[in-house]
Amino acid sequence: MRITQGTFSFLPELTDEQIKKQVKYCLDQNYAVNIEYTDDPHPRNTYWEMWGLPMFDLKDPAGVLMEINECRKTYPNHYIRVGAFDSERGTESLRISFIVNRPSHEPGFRLERTETDGRCIRYTAHSYARLSEPRGADK
Amino acid sequence: MSESGLKPIDAPEKKASDEEVIDLHGEYEASNVQDVLDRLDRELVGLHPVKTRIKEIAALLLVDRARKSFELTSETPTLHMSFTGNPGTGKTTVAMRIAEILHCLDYVREGHLVSVTRDDLVGQYIGHTAPKTKEVIKKAMGGVLFIDEAYYLYRPENERDYGQEAIEILLQVMENNRDDLVVILAGYKERMDTFFQSNPGFRSRIAHHIDFPDYSADELLEIGQLLLGQQNYCLSKAGEKAFSEYIDLRMKLPQFANGRSIRNALDRARLRQANRLFNSSLSRKFVKQDLMTLEAEDFYASRVFAEGELDRAQVFSI
Repeated sequence: MRITQGTFSFLPELTDEQIKKQVKYCLDQNYAVNIEYTDDPHPRNTYWEMWGLPMFDLKDPAGVLMEINECRKTYPNHYIRVGAFDSERGTESLRISFIVNRPSHEPGFRLERTETDGRCIRYTAHSYARLSEPRGADK
Repeated sequence: MSESGLKPIDAPEKKASDEEVIDLHGEYEASNVQDVLDRLDRELVGLHPVKTRIKEIAALLLVDRARKSFELTSETPTLHMSFTGNPGTGKTTVAMRIAEILHCLDYVREGHLVSVTRDDLVGQYIGHTAPKTKEVIKKAMGGVLFIDEAYYLYRPENERDYGQEAIEILLQVMENNRDDLVVILAGYKERMDTFFQSNPGFRSRIAHHIDFPDYSADELLEIGQLLLGQQNYCLSKAGEKAFSEYIDLRMKLPQFANGRSIRNALDRARLRQANRLFNSSLSRKFVKQDLMTLEAEDFYASRVFAEGELDRAQVFSI
């Protein structure tokens, strides 16, 4: 199941050239670009692991792409996303975030139903990626 | 992308046919390089070997661009440089101009200059150096990384020094990211030579070794007048004579730092001028010209004259 989170996720994978152009736009807007990765694509998993620190004062996307490639080399089978933080007063939050790497096989989610009071059903989603490999067992 | 029928964002440029004529001069004028070179000529006194080399580099890049339009592929020239010369000979200023020129000729994408020293690259403890160096490199990408006093990176007396780690990362980036940034190493001649001897990797990766000569007394006077002009000051006739005498003496003293010494001397002269005007303000009024002019006495009060005399006296007494 293809994970669709963040901007551009319904488009074909961005090429490095396209990633560069998106990052260039972010840098031109004075956003601080950061790279995050995770093996758990659960929609409620908001905070992914950070790859290094956010990159401030960059002028050119080549540096960001260098880090993306480093991260891809280390975690070829993780989800990797690029985020751009706008520190402008009144915004002070993430402006854009898009996935730049995903595992070759995306197992999707298992839906768990729990019956509660009055035949009410509660649903929980579990990522299969997490079930087959418990936390801490990084490849 | 292509199988989905979408066109790539960047369509490749059309190849020029073999008979097409290239107007090099036109390209040259269109690239604004002339402006930067003119400014270089105007703002920097002397430094002829440096200026010649910069013009050569500009020409090379221009021809390279023209060749590219005929699809005569050649490897992108490496433009990593080393600037050697005594303090105050204009290395940083020239580096800034080079960044502009490279930007005009599309060799670098942004054309900014990131100026660093050992402290910005080398960390304090194990595992601190690599992220620090990489951060600086990332900031410099698309522009020029200027490493002042580069020889401090290498400390042979301490084999566990983290400088070596920074050097290795730099070498790797200079090789792999040639399209992304230009590295300029700067420092005093002798120490740079030893630095290159102990790091042959650097020497071979740097194509341009540019030596900055010391300024002559006349050039220093010209620099001084240029600096004064920028700050709306001028020299009186006697003041000019005193200033050139000052330069002659100062050049012989130790710790002479070419342009920088001149700038400091002028700052001190301005101090004395202000004091002189202030002390005589009870007895007279001033016009605009008074506020602008540096007089001979503003220079003669300098310590250099006393010490210079002393030195000469010593020489004669021996």
